[in-house]
Amino acid sequence: MKTEDVIQFSIRATLGYPTRTLLMILAMSIGVASVILLTALGEGARRYVTREFSSLGTNLLIVLPGRSETTGGHPPLVGGTPRDLTLEDALSLTRSSAIRRVAPITVGSAPVSWKYRDREVTILGSTSELFEIRDLSMAQGRFIPSGDPTRGAAVCVMGYRLKKELFGNQSPLGEWTRIGDRRFRVVGVLAKKGQSLGLDMGDVVVAPVASAQALFNTSTLFRILVQANSRDAIPKAKKAILGIIRERHEGEDDITVVTQDAMLSIFDRIFTALTLSVAGIAGISLAVAGILIMNVMLIAVSQRTTEIGLLKAIGAPGRQILRLFLAESAILSLIGAAFGLILAFFGTWALARAFPSFPITVPVWALGAAVGVSLLTGLVFGVLPARRAAKLDPAQALSRR
Amino acid sequence: MIHLVGIKRVFQVGDEAVHALSNVNMTVDAGEYIAIMGPSGSGKSTLLNIIGLLDRPDKGVYRLEDMDTTDLTDDQQASVRRHKIGFVFQFFHLVPRLTAAENVELPLILAGVEPAERRSRVQAALSALGLSGRAKHRPDQLSGGQRQRVAIARATIMQPRVILADEPTGNLDRTSGKNVVQSLEDLNRKGMTLILVTHDPDLGSRASRKVVMMDGRISEDTGAS
Repeated sequence: MKTEDVIQFSIRATLGYPTRTLLMILAMSIGVASVILLTALGEGARRYVTREFSSLGTNLLIVLPGRSETTGGHPPLVGGTPRDLTLEDALSLTRSSAIRRVAPITVGSAPVSWKYRDREVTILGSTSELFEIRDLSMAQGRFIPSGDPTRGAAVCVMGYRLKKELFGNQSPLGEWTRIGDRRFRVVGVLAKKGQSLGLDMGDVVVAPVASAQALFNTSTLFRILVQANSRDAIPKAKKAILGIIRERHEGEDDITVVTQDAMLSIFDRIFTALTLSVAGIAGISLAVAGILIMNVMLIAVSQRTTEIGLLKAIGAPGRQILRLFLAESAILSLIGAAFGLILAFFGTWALARAFPSFPITVPVWALGAAVGVSLLTGLVFGVLPARRAAKLDPAQALSRR
Repeated sequence: MIHLVGIKRVFQVGDEAVHALSNVNMTVDAGEYIAIMGPSGSGKSTLLNIIGLLDRPDKGVYRLEDMDTTDLTDDQQASVRRHKIGFVFQFFHLVPRLTAAENVELPLILAGVEPAERRSRVQAALSALGLSGRAKHRPDQLSGGQRQRVAIARATIMQPRVILADEPTGNLDRTSGKNVVQSLEDLNRKGMTLILVTHDPDLGSRASRKVVMMDGRISEDTGAS
């Protein structure tokens, strides 16, 4: 029997029982579509996180007070910090040749008001270097001026959303706002950049670090952002930071330096694992589809007992019957997979429309894997019914009507 | 052409062993027209199935054209059925989703014949049985007699040496039954060996040789030499 005749015969057989065929195709397409959609979501999440981290700036190192053995993630939330980071610590880091820029950061929350409107927002105390390190851009005016960081000027820059809420469409440049119990002059408005690391840059006020420290009556820093000279200089910069701070902190290693690369690679690994496990979970639906195929094919074998007997009587060996039934389940799986691809295409399209900022992407390997696994499922679960058909006793099969 | 020596076939029904055939000996020459008769359960159909290689005897030797069939593999048996034997059944056993022409074409497809040759052979076979106008009809659009003639076309499309017909008229009214029998007898006149199993004494008496079975044995054989 020729291969094209096997395929044609099997297709005719699937068309002969439309309800059964539709059910199997539906099950298979849902399985394939869910595998593709879920991996696309996982892959999208991975890209989203990677993008967020990259938007922090390039060649970035983050210095946190306190010692921690981890190489990424949150700063230690509990446990004492032996020695706080100070502005002087931050400024001393500029000594290293591997370090290009240093931005000390102090964070607090305070009410910001202009005329009768006021809002509680996050106040970010830093220096002019933050602008380059964080890769910010201005919508209006300029960033906080450079100059002696230990002497804070009474100026501030605000995020675009805060500006809109306080000033509406008026220009805030040159206006005096009240932050806590001090007055600051607005010199600029940040451009829209979106979120980064959970801090919405549209909703902050950036003030000179010394002014912010005075405002919150503290001399400590939340963290220090350090930009290395180049990607290759990152390990050297890390070493230099540890050395300088140890020297300043009487030989104690009481800080944690986190590099952006380390965080990126950790998140990359986490999300790749996540994608794979969701794909595995979706794979269960493929297995369910496989079991459905097996059941339906078993029913088909008993429905078509006389047909099988007849095929044997007119000269089809058991091997041939096996091939015919396997071809049938393979064809059903492939058609199901094709519909699954279409379904997944519309699904990702709809998700991309609904969440435009989420970079949903279907990894190419997921397409191949979904189709391959569905074909394999069809064949594996098709073996049992096909074998049953092949072993059928023709004399008995033909004795009924 | 067909030599059966000491054929025995036992079916296990529950705890009981049913002797469908016990020690059957029979020789059939090429071109014969044989009617196998006998009451239900006498072993007629089992005998036909063994001749058609659909069933294997538990004991005995079956030689078809000087070839011992008892130790053929499944593939070899299928090949013998494909090329040398044509079956006609009481319930036609046409594939319901295929047209008359496609049903007739099936043995050619299984044998791997080229599509162009298949088409012309199917057409010739259908017109020989007066079914040219029905080629595109599915079995449920045909009458019983037409269905059986489609089945005969399918059984003869490979030019087999033997036609085995199990109650070919059992499910037909008298007129279409007569038509079907005439079609089969035409084939016999062209040299095909025809063996049919029947209950119908009229039909049995038309055959040139009559074999009567009783309790798994041949009780009467008008052609036994």
